[in-house]
Amino acid sequence: MFTVLDMAQPDKLEEAFEILTKRKNNTILGGCAFLKMSKKRIGTGIDLSRLNLDYIREDNGFIVIGAMAALRDLETNALLRDAFGGILSQSVRNIIGVQFRNGVTVGASVYSRYGFSDLLTALLVLDTEVELYNGGKMPLRDFLQKPYEKDILVQLRIEKNQRLAAFSSFRKSASDFAVLNIAVSNLDKQWTIAVGARPGRAVIAETASRALSQGHLSAEEIEAAAKIAADELSFGTNTRGTAGYRKALCQVLVKREIMEVLQCKSN
Amino acid sequence: MQIELTVNDKLVTWDVENDEFLADTLRAHGFLSVKKACDTSCCGLCTVWMDGKPILSCSILAMRAHGKKITTIEGVSQAAEEFARILTAEGAEQCGFCSPGFIMNVLAMKNELDNPTEDEIIHYLTGNLCRCTGYMGQLRAVKTYLGVA
Amino acid sequence: MEAVNLRNVGHSIPKIDGLSIATGKPAYTEDLAMPHALVLKILRSPHAFAKIISIDTSKAERVEGVECILTYKDVPKVRFTLAGQSYPEPSPYDRMILEGVVRYVGDEVAIIAAVDEKTALKAMKLINVEYEVLEPVLDFEKAIGHPSVVHFEEDLTCNFDIGLHKEQNIVSSHEQAVGDVEKVLKDCEFVVEDVYYPQAQAHAMMETYRSFTYQDYMGRLVVVSSTQVPFHIKRQLARALQIPATKIRVIKPRIGGGFGGKQTGAGDVFAALVTLRTGKPAMIIYDRQETFSCTTSRHAMRIKVRLGADADGFIRAIDLEVLSDTGAYGEHASTVLSCVGEYTLPLYNKTKAVRIRGNAVYTNKMPAGAFRGYGATQGTFALESAVNKLAERLAIDPTEVRLKNISQKGETFLTGHGVQLGSTALDRCIKKGREMIGWKEKFPRQTLSGTKVRGVGMAITMQGSGIANIGTASAEIRLTDDGNFALLIGATDMGTGCDTILSQIAAEVLEVPLDKIYVSAGDTDTSPFDPGSYASSTTYLAGTAVLKAAEELKGKILDQGAKFLGASKENVIFEELSVRRIDGEGEISLAKIAEQTILGMGNLQLAAMATHGSQISPPPYVAGFAEVEVDVETGKVDLIDYVAVVDCGTMINPNLARIQAEGGIVQGIGMALFEEVRYSNLGKMETNTFMQYKIPCRQDVGNVRIAFEESYEPSGPFGAKSIGEVVANTPPPAIVNAVYNAVGVQVHHLPVTAEKVFLEMLKQQ
Repeated sequence: MFTVLDMAQPDKLEEAFEILTKRKNNTILGGCAFLKMSKKRIGTGIDLSRLNLDYIREDNGFIVIGAMAALRDLETNALLRDAFGGILSQSVRNIIGVQFRNGVTVGASVYSRYGFSDLLTALLVLDTEVELYNGGKMPLRDFLQKPYEKDILVQLRIEKNQRLAAFSSFRKSASDFAVLNIAVSNLDKQWTIAVGARPGRAVIAETASRALSQGHLSAEEIEAAAKIAADELSFGTNTRGTAGYRKALCQVLVKREIMEVLQCKSN
Repeated sequence: MQIELTVNDKLVTWDVENDEFLADTLRAHGFLSVKKACDTSCCGLCTVWMDGKPILSCSILAMRAHGKKITTIEGVSQAAEEFARILTAEGAEQCGFCSPGFIMNVLAMKNELDNPTEDEIIHYLTGNLCRCTGYMGQLRAVKTYLGVA
Repeated sequence: MEAVNLRNVGHSIPKIDGLSIATGKPAYTEDLAMPHALVLKILRSPHAFAKIISIDTSKAERVEGVECILTYKDVPKVRFTLAGQSYPEPSPYDRMILEGVVRYVGDEVAIIAAVDEKTALKAMKLINVEYEVLEPVLDFEKAIGHPSVVHFEEDLTCNFDIGLHKEQNIVSSHEQAVGDVEKVLKDCEFVVEDVYYPQAQAHAMMETYRSFTYQDYMGRLVVVSSTQVPFHIKRQLARALQIPATKIRVIKPRIGGGFGGKQTGAGDVFAALVTLRTGKPAMIIYDRQETFSCTTSRHAMRIKVRLGADADGFIRAIDLEVLSDTGAYGEHASTVLSCVGEYTLPLYNKTKAVRIRGNAVYTNKMPAGAFRGYGATQGTFALESAVNKLAERLAIDPTEVRLKNISQKGETFLTGHGVQLGSTALDRCIKKGREMIGWKEKFPRQTLSGTKVRGVGMAITMQGSGIANIGTASAEIRLTDDGNFALLIGATDMGTGCDTILSQIAAEVLEVPLDKIYVSAGDTDTSPFDPGSYASSTTYLAGTAVLKAAEELKGKILDQGAKFLGASKENVIFEELSVRRIDGEGEISLAKIAEQTILGMGNLQLAAMATHGSQISPPPYVAGFAEVEVDVETGKVDLIDYVAVVDCGTMINPNLARIQAEGGIVQGIGMALFEEVRYSNLGKMETNTFMQYKIPCRQDVGNVRIAFEESYEPSGPFGAKSIGEVVANTPPPAIVNAVYNAVGVQVHHLPVTAEKVFLEMLKQQ
């Protein structure tokens, strides 16, 4: 059973961080939908509601998303629906249901770095920075490779540029976790391909991305890049699919998402 | 801890535990329309509104409702009954256990979406599971209710 | 009585309880429980098979707020079954409330009763159990002759010879044969043979299992339970707790779905025991994980089918060989096994020989139990998949093979003991369904693009209506002092609407508006006996009981009215809530009759009671048609359209029948495409949440379209048969067939997943 012995609602980030690091089992509370299933025994639960971190706004060429913005906010926000082919909105729209997405926060979703995360895969092909209270700003891809450290994710900063992007997730049933999710983006002939729910955490298919960026986007080259992505990434087996199936899916879906990006380009 | 909130337009002060979830608080205070069915935040039966938005009351800590406006089906009885009449005319409430949460999400959708398409309706209501009806009768009822049939 | 010019029957009347439950009025078990009832939690076995060497509850008992902790040392030493079946139950008495042996991961070890959930859980952690872990039997195909014996105890008993060989892990053996199957098969021009594996499926009703118990002012045990079978629960508790049945009252409030799951007892016995021991009210609510992993599921099976047809396409022989996994306890083991044949073999009656043989085996997994379809679902998947294969071999359209071979009205079938089929519209169902799905244009496949192919597939099915010679139902109707009617029934509405349709039948016969009748149901103290709502019984059996009671009461009202009017019964009629003389010389209102009979010196309350059982169990039918779209690069199967055409006889309430059908079809779609109860290799259930066990959500089911082809069943009320179960059976074979027709992949193990289809397509390349 999920238990919280004490509760704190700090007014300042500084205070929140202080409480967080005071004891090992002090924990930041996101929406709690996942936390509740963890059966964790939390010392002091830290609620960030008073810090006004639930914004999504444009700021000096960046889209800035506060940690307490809900997934549903990402889905419906006009700014995000327009930017990058709307992939952030799309990436979250099939997660359980509207009510769930109204409760789950962006901060918790990113900070937890779940392997199954659809959002991380989409964020990874954009120019996304994570801003931590203590750790400062860093690219999302660096954040994902860092070991878990106690910190507070304050906001995400995404460079607002002309990047075209596409996202898709492959699910056994519509409201299930993904068997695999794929995001592809293109800016100034540079391509980025990310694959998540392998079932491990989302990663960028570096070699495939490079190969695609260097070629002429012929059907053969696209096919080849998709194959490189499937070959260079590692896949695992869980109840949703075997490693071999994920690898095969990866090739098909990467190809399709590249085509999808090219489609939006021509439009 | 003590929280102050508005439940169905009435200001209340309740004592809640740190790790108490809103659905349990509401039931303990007699709002028995609030049902729970999954323990894993994915069935939609416990749907109520927080500041007008549909949420899973089983997964929101009660203390988060402090200063908020909570609405259960008891608080929107007129609209709920209007839709429930259409739903029952289809026979699509069946066991009825998922109906209050479903109705709260239908009413939230009506407030949020203008003239939704069938796909948009289905998408908005995906988080409400039902094991009895097979969903078709619910869809007929929603379309009739929204006048998009 | 033909179903014409009826005012209630045949009309889509909203359920009488609909508005109230839909808007969240307190009506379910938990809503009705006393606020200070003890909260129960169950300590469950972490091992699939083990003996308890020692249990130390002393620390746990010292936790403040713990009321009692009960172990196997504290329960009556008597074996019983949780199967809700009519006495004498054909399920073995193979379990105790708690026992020194645990037989699956989740089997009960100790009951903790405390003032609240937190306290109970805290105490649970302090119970120390030492186990001797035994080698479990996990693979049901290796159960027979396994070195481990799941039930080695000496005191296991059966009420009948169900072919139990517990030393071999066989709980039941079944064989039924008419004619010489081997010989007929040998003579057949075409023989197909195949093996199918319908999987275990979870009921996944929205309201989990729960029970609230207390002792009333007389010291009697009152059990408020979310059950389909209140009378069976009462009998079960009397045996398990060793107390007289007169000391028990079971009340079924509104319940949040059952699907057969609540035909098997769950937490009642634990709550009841705690109340008896403490004298205090107690409540047990199974959480979702317990509901998935510590109750029952559909029986997983292996079914080998052999079909033989002659050169003209007539099916001459059907041979089914079944292995059924009943899990750790034998609830419904023998009956589900026999129903595999019972509800499939009569479909086709051009046969010269048919046979079903099989075993149900014990394994160290969660018990299987009753589940909508009850063996017919599994049998239909196997038989209909084989018939589709046969059609291909014969090069005859699958719909035509069915039309050629199905049993017709007035005909008999080999296993039917000479009983003639009273009604069927199955031929019309098939014709209507193939028209609706566009079979002629779409069969077998259409290629939409380089990556998308659509296929169509079909299957037919039948079920019964009640259990012949066993099922029974009683109903009582009283004219009340205010001139209204009380309808007392033991049938248990689980959301399906039987309280409403039984009222419709009563209102129709009594010729009164529906709102003149109120229903009192599901209370063993006040309801007449009814085994409960299962086996597709309620409309057919309870409906007839209500019809008979209403007819009798109407006769009494006419008699009494005639007496008051000084006329003979032949010279009065009942209309507009009054008894009138035909000659127009006088009338007396129902209210007045009630007043003059019941009140004052009348000394007569008019009432009628009827009990009905049937020697036959007339089958309802469904023809199901699926259209799927397969992504040839990923194997993903999307259901586009499902058409089911249903013959349930007369529809008492068309809208409620339609919802039953849509819900059943979608449950079948879940079984075909998404759902699977899965275990780890240590026997722990992996699919114990809605995150891991995916029932269809509303985006998963495509379009489901239902049509009805009514027949008239002479033995049913107003010509009605059943509908509750038959609707669950066609999706697995129809969808599997559609996938085959699209991409040539035949799936034998349900569910059909993208990965299975993908891998098979790879093999074909």
